[in-house]
Amino acid sequence: MEITEIIFYILAFAGVVSALVTVTAKNPVYSILSLVVCFFTISAHYVLMNAQFLAMVNIIVYAGAIIVLFLFVVMMMNLNEIPEMAKKLAWKLAAAVGAGGLLLVFVASLKVTDDLIQATPDESIGMIHTLGQVLLGDFLVPFIMTSILLNSAMIGAVLLTKRENKLQKA
Amino acid sequence: MNVEILSGVTVQQYIWLSAILFAIGVFGVLSRRNAIIIFMSVELMLNAVNLLLVAFSRMHADTAGQVFVFFTMSVAAAEVAVGLAILVMLYRNMKTVDIDVLSKIKE
Repeated sequence: MEITEIIFYILAFAGVVSALVTVTAKNPVYSILSLVVCFFTISAHYVLMNAQFLAMVNIIVYAGAIIVLFLFVVMMMNLNEIPEMAKKLAWKLAAAVGAGGLLLVFVASLKVTDDLIQATPDESIGMIHTLGQVLLGDFLVPFIMTSILLNSAMIGAVLLTKRENKLQKA
Repeated sequence: MNVEILSGVTVQQYIWLSAILFAIGVFGVLSRRNAIIIFMSVELMLNAVNLLLVAFSRMHADTAGQVFVFFTMSVAAAEVAVGLAILVMLYRNMKTVDIDVLSKIKE
Protein backbone atom coordinates (compact mmCIF):
# COMPACT_ATOMS: atom_id res chain seq x y z
CA MET A 1 0.00 0.00 0.00
CA GLU A 2 1.42 3.32 -1.04
CA ILE A 3 1.66 6.24 1.35
CA THR A 4 -0.74 8.40 -0.71
CA GLU A 5 -3.33 5.62 -0.58
CA ILE A 6 -3.06 5.42 3.24
CA ILE A 7 -3.41 9.20 3.50
CA PHE A 8 -6.38 9.08 1.14
CA TYR A 9 -8.20 6.51 3.26
CA ILE A 10 -7.51 8.36 6.53
CA LEU A 11 -8.77 11.64 5.04
CA ALA A 12 -11.78 9.98 3.43
CA PHE A 13 -12.74 8.28 6.70
CA ALA A 14 -12.38 11.52 8.69
CA GLY A 15 -14.38 13.41 6.06
CA VAL A 16 -17.26 10.95 5.96
CA VAL A 17 -17.44 10.67 9.77
CA SER A 18 -17.43 14.45 10.25
CA ALA A 19 -20.07 14.82 7.51
CA LEU A 20 -22.25 12.28 9.32
CA VAL A 21 -21.79 14.17 12.61
CA THR A 22 -22.76 17.38 10.79
CA VAL A 23 -26.13 16.06 9.66
CA THR A 24 -26.97 14.12 12.84
CA ALA A 25 -25.70 16.27 15.74
CA LYS A 26 -28.43 17.67 18.00
CA ASN A 27 -26.54 20.86 18.86
CA PRO A 28 -26.06 23.14 15.80
CA VAL A 29 -22.69 24.35 17.15
CA TYR A 30 -21.33 20.77 17.04
CA SER A 31 -22.68 20.48 13.51
CA ILE A 32 -20.81 23.59 12.44
CA LEU A 33 -17.55 22.52 14.09
CA SER A 34 -17.63 19.08 12.45
CA LEU A 35 -18.40 20.79 9.13
CA VAL A 36 -15.13 22.70 9.60
CA VAL A 37 -13.32 19.37 10.03
CA CYS A 38 -14.99 18.06 6.87
CA PHE A 39 -13.93 21.13 4.87
CA PHE A 40 -10.36 20.79 6.13
CA THR A 41 -10.21 17.15 5.00
CA ILE A 42 -11.48 18.22 1.58
CA SER A 43 -8.76 20.88 1.48
CA ALA A 44 -6.23 18.18 2.35
CA HIS A 45 -7.54 16.15 -0.60
CA TYR A 46 -6.89 19.18 -2.82
CA VAL A 47 -3.30 19.36 -1.54
CA LEU A 48 -2.96 15.64 -2.21
CA MET A 49 -4.09 16.22 -5.81
CA ASN A 50 -1.64 19.13 -6.08
CA ALA A 51 -4.38 21.79 -6.37
CA GLN A 52 -2.67 24.15 -3.95
CA PHE A 53 -4.51 27.30 -4.99
CA LEU A 54 -7.93 25.70 -4.47
CA ALA A 55 -6.85 24.22 -1.13
CA MET A 56 -6.00 27.70 0.14
CA VAL A 57 -9.17 29.26 -1.32
CA ASN A 58 -11.26 26.46 0.19
CA ILE A 59 -9.88 27.13 3.65
CA ILE A 60 -10.21 30.91 3.33
CA VAL A 61 -13.71 30.97 1.82
CA TYR A 62 -15.34 28.02 3.59
CA ALA A 63 -13.60 27.68 6.94
CA GLY A 64 -12.84 31.38 7.17
CA ALA A 65 -15.94 33.11 5.87
CA ILE A 66 -18.93 30.81 5.44
CA ILE A 67 -18.49 28.84 8.67
CA VAL A 68 -17.96 32.02 10.69
CA LEU A 69 -21.18 33.38 9.17
CA PHE A 70 -23.04 30.21 10.19
CA LEU A 71 -21.59 30.34 13.69
CA PHE A 72 -22.55 34.00 13.98
CA VAL A 73 -26.17 33.34 13.01
CA VAL A 74 -26.48 30.34 15.34
CA MET A 75 -25.04 32.32 18.24
CA MET A 76 -27.31 35.26 17.45
CA MET A 77 -30.44 33.11 17.38
CA ASN A 78 -29.41 31.13 20.49
CA LEU A 79 -30.30 27.95 18.64
CA ASN A 80 -28.07 25.81 20.84
CA GLU A 81 -30.39 26.48 23.77
CA ILE A 82 -33.66 25.64 22.01
CA PRO A 83 -33.82 21.90 21.22
CA GLU A 84 -34.80 21.10 17.64
CA MET A 85 -38.01 19.13 17.16
CA ALA A 86 -37.13 15.83 15.51
CA LYS A 87 -38.82 14.60 12.36
CA LYS A 88 -40.91 11.45 12.54
CA LEU A 89 -38.95 8.20 12.41
CA ALA A 90 -40.75 7.14 9.23
CA TRP A 91 -39.69 10.39 7.57
CA LYS A 92 -36.08 9.86 8.66
CA LEU A 93 -36.18 6.31 7.33
CA ALA A 94 -37.56 7.61 4.02
CA ALA A 95 -34.73 10.17 3.91
CA ALA A 96 -32.14 7.44 4.49
CA VAL A 97 -33.69 5.25 1.78
CA GLY A 98 -33.79 8.21 -0.61
CA ALA A 99 -30.16 9.15 -0.02
CA GLY A 100 -29.09 5.49 -0.26
CA GLY A 101 -31.02 5.10 -3.50
CA LEU A 102 -29.29 8.16 -4.92
CA LEU A 103 -25.90 6.70 -3.97
CA LEU A 104 -26.91 3.43 -5.65
CA VAL A 105 -27.82 5.29 -8.85
CA PHE A 106 -24.46 7.10 -8.86
CA VAL A 107 -22.49 3.89 -8.36
CA ALA A 108 -24.62 1.95 -10.85
CA SER A 109 -24.09 4.63 -13.50
CA LEU A 110 -20.35 4.25 -12.91
CA LYS A 111 -20.63 0.62 -14.09
CA VAL A 112 -21.97 1.49 -17.53
CA THR A 113 -19.62 4.35 -18.35
CA ASP A 114 -17.12 4.05 -21.18
CA ASP A 115 -13.50 3.39 -20.40
CA LEU A 116 -11.82 6.39 -18.85
CA ILE A 117 -8.89 7.80 -20.74
CA GLN A 118 -6.07 9.31 -18.78
CA ALA A 119 -4.19 12.33 -20.07
CA THR A 120 -0.51 12.67 -19.36
CA PRO A 121 -0.34 14.01 -15.80
CA ASP A 122 0.57 17.67 -15.48
CA GLU A 123 1.72 18.71 -12.01
CA SER A 124 1.53 22.45 -12.71
CA ILE A 125 -2.22 22.81 -13.36
CA GLY A 126 -3.17 23.40 -9.73
CA MET A 127 -0.64 26.18 -9.20
CA ILE A 128 -1.69 29.80 -8.93
CA HIS A 129 0.58 30.72 -11.85
CA THR A 130 -1.24 28.47 -14.32
CA LEU A 131 -4.70 29.08 -12.89
CA GLY A 132 -4.18 32.84 -12.91
CA GLN A 133 -3.26 32.74 -16.60
CA VAL A 134 -6.46 30.83 -17.42
CA LEU A 135 -8.68 32.82 -15.04
CA LEU A 136 -7.64 36.17 -16.46
CA GLY A 137 -7.38 34.87 -20.02
CA ASP A 138 -10.08 32.46 -21.23
CA PHE A 139 -12.37 33.06 -18.26
CA LEU A 140 -12.04 36.83 -17.96
CA VAL A 141 -15.72 37.65 -18.56
CA PRO A 142 -17.08 35.08 -16.05
CA PHE A 143 -14.47 36.32 -13.59
CA ILE A 144 -15.79 39.89 -13.86
CA MET A 145 -19.37 38.58 -13.63
CA THR A 146 -18.40 36.94 -10.33
CA SER A 147 -17.53 40.31 -8.88
CA ILE A 148 -20.94 41.65 -9.92
CA LEU A 149 -22.60 38.58 -8.38
CA LEU A 150 -20.76 38.96 -5.08
CA ASN A 151 -21.49 42.68 -5.00
CA SER A 152 -25.21 42.18 -5.60
CA ALA A 153 -25.31 39.37 -3.03
CA MET A 154 -23.73 41.67 -0.46
CA ILE A 155 -26.17 44.48 -1.21
CA GLY A 156 -29.05 41.99 -1.17
CA ALA A 157 -28.04 40.59 2.21
CA VAL A 158 -27.81 44.06 3.72
CA LEU A 159 -31.12 45.11 2.18
CA LEU A 160 -32.93 41.96 3.35
CA THR A 161 -31.91 42.44 6.94
CA LYS A 162 -32.28 46.21 6.95
CA ARG A 163 -35.74 46.70 5.46
CA GLU A 164 -37.11 44.62 8.31
CA ASN A 165 -36.08 47.26 10.82
CA LYS A 166 -37.96 49.99 9.00
CA LEU A 167 -41.13 47.90 8.85
CA GLN A 168 -41.00 47.15 12.54
CA LYS A 169 -40.68 50.80 13.42
CA ALA A 170 -43.52 51.88 11.13
CA MET B 1 -10.51 0.30 -16.38
CA ASN B 2 -8.85 2.00 -13.46
CA VAL B 3 -7.23 5.37 -13.90
CA GLU B 4 -4.72 6.30 -11.24
CA ILE B 5 -4.69 10.00 -10.43
CA LEU B 6 -2.40 9.61 -7.43
CA SER B 7 0.03 6.77 -6.92
CA GLY B 8 -2.21 4.01 -5.58
CA VAL B 9 -5.46 6.03 -5.71
CA THR B 10 -7.79 5.72 -8.70
CA VAL B 11 -10.35 8.23 -9.87
CA GLN B 12 -13.06 5.69 -9.02
CA GLN B 13 -12.18 5.99 -5.33
CA TYR B 14 -12.71 9.75 -5.53
CA ILE B 15 -16.04 9.20 -7.31
CA TRP B 16 -17.08 6.91 -4.44
CA LEU B 17 -16.02 9.43 -1.80
CA SER B 18 -17.84 12.28 -3.55
CA ALA B 19 -20.98 10.19 -4.03
CA ILE B 20 -20.99 9.23 -0.33
CA LEU B 21 -20.52 12.83 0.80
CA PHE B 22 -23.26 13.97 -1.60
CA ALA B 23 -25.64 11.28 -0.31
CA ILE B 24 -24.95 12.36 3.29
CA GLY B 25 -25.83 15.91 2.26
CA VAL B 26 -29.09 14.73 0.68
CA PHE B 27 -29.90 12.80 3.84
CA GLY B 28 -29.27 15.93 5.91
CA VAL B 29 -31.58 18.04 3.74
CA LEU B 30 -34.37 15.48 3.94
CA SER B 31 -34.11 14.48 7.61
CA ARG B 32 -33.56 17.75 9.51
CA ARG B 33 -35.98 20.50 10.49
CA ASN B 34 -33.51 23.25 11.40
CA ALA B 35 -33.10 25.44 8.32
CA ILE B 36 -29.48 26.26 9.18
CA ILE B 37 -28.52 22.57 9.26
CA ILE B 38 -30.24 22.17 5.89
CA PHE B 39 -28.10 25.01 4.55
CA MET B 40 -24.99 23.27 5.87
CA SER B 41 -26.03 20.05 4.15
CA VAL B 42 -26.32 21.96 0.88
CA GLU B 43 -22.77 23.28 1.43
CA LEU B 44 -21.64 19.70 2.00
CA MET B 45 -23.16 18.65 -1.35
CA LEU B 46 -21.47 21.57 -3.12
CA ASN B 47 -18.14 20.53 -1.62
CA ALA B 48 -18.60 16.91 -2.72
CA VAL B 49 -19.11 18.10 -6.29
CA ASN B 50 -16.07 20.42 -6.03
CA LEU B 51 -13.91 17.50 -4.90
CA LEU B 52 -15.03 15.43 -7.88
CA LEU B 53 -14.36 18.32 -10.28
CA VAL B 54 -10.80 18.65 -8.98
CA ALA B 55 -10.27 14.89 -9.30
CA PHE B 56 -11.47 14.93 -12.92
CA SER B 57 -9.42 18.05 -13.62
CA ARG B 58 -6.34 16.15 -12.48
CA MET B 59 -7.31 13.09 -14.50
CA HIS B 60 -7.70 15.06 -17.72
CA ALA B 61 -4.81 17.44 -16.93
CA ASP B 62 -7.20 20.32 -17.66
CA THR B 63 -7.36 23.61 -15.75
CA ALA B 64 -11.01 24.28 -16.67
CA GLY B 65 -12.25 21.99 -13.89
CA GLN B 66 -10.37 23.89 -11.21
CA VAL B 67 -11.52 27.25 -12.59
CA PHE B 68 -15.09 25.93 -12.39
CA VAL B 69 -14.54 24.99 -8.74
CA PHE B 70 -13.40 28.57 -8.13
CA PHE B 71 -16.66 29.91 -9.60
CA THR B 72 -18.71 27.38 -7.63
CA MET B 73 -17.10 28.64 -4.43
CA SER B 74 -17.94 32.26 -5.18
CA VAL B 75 -21.55 31.34 -6.00
CA ALA B 76 -21.73 29.34 -2.75
CA ALA B 77 -20.46 32.33 -0.79
CA ALA B 78 -23.11 34.59 -2.37
CA GLU B 79 -25.79 31.97 -1.75
CA VAL B 80 -24.90 31.64 1.93
CA ALA B 81 -24.88 35.41 2.46
CA VAL B 82 -28.35 35.88 0.95
CA GLY B 83 -29.77 32.68 2.46
CA LEU B 84 -28.65 33.48 5.98
CA ALA B 85 -30.00 37.03 5.58
CA ILE B 86 -33.40 35.56 4.68
CA LEU B 87 -33.19 33.23 7.68
CA VAL B 88 -32.33 36.09 10.03
CA MET B 89 -35.29 38.04 8.64
CA LEU B 90 -37.59 35.03 9.12
CA TYR B 91 -36.31 34.50 12.64
CA ARG B 92 -37.06 38.10 13.55
CA ASN B 93 -40.66 37.75 12.39
CA MET B 94 -41.46 34.18 13.37
CA LYS B 95 -39.00 33.47 16.21
CA THR B 96 -38.22 30.08 14.67
CA VAL B 97 -36.17 28.52 11.85
CA ASP B 98 -38.03 25.19 11.96
CA ILE B 99 -39.06 24.50 8.36
CA ASP B 100 -42.06 22.37 9.35
CA VAL B 101 -43.42 25.29 11.38
CA LEU B 102 -42.55 27.79 8.65
CA SER B 103 -44.34 25.74 5.97
CA LYS B 104 -47.58 25.90 7.98
CA ILE B 105 -47.47 29.70 8.02
CA LYS B 106 -48.40 30.17 4.36
CA GLU B 107 -52.14 30.70 4.07
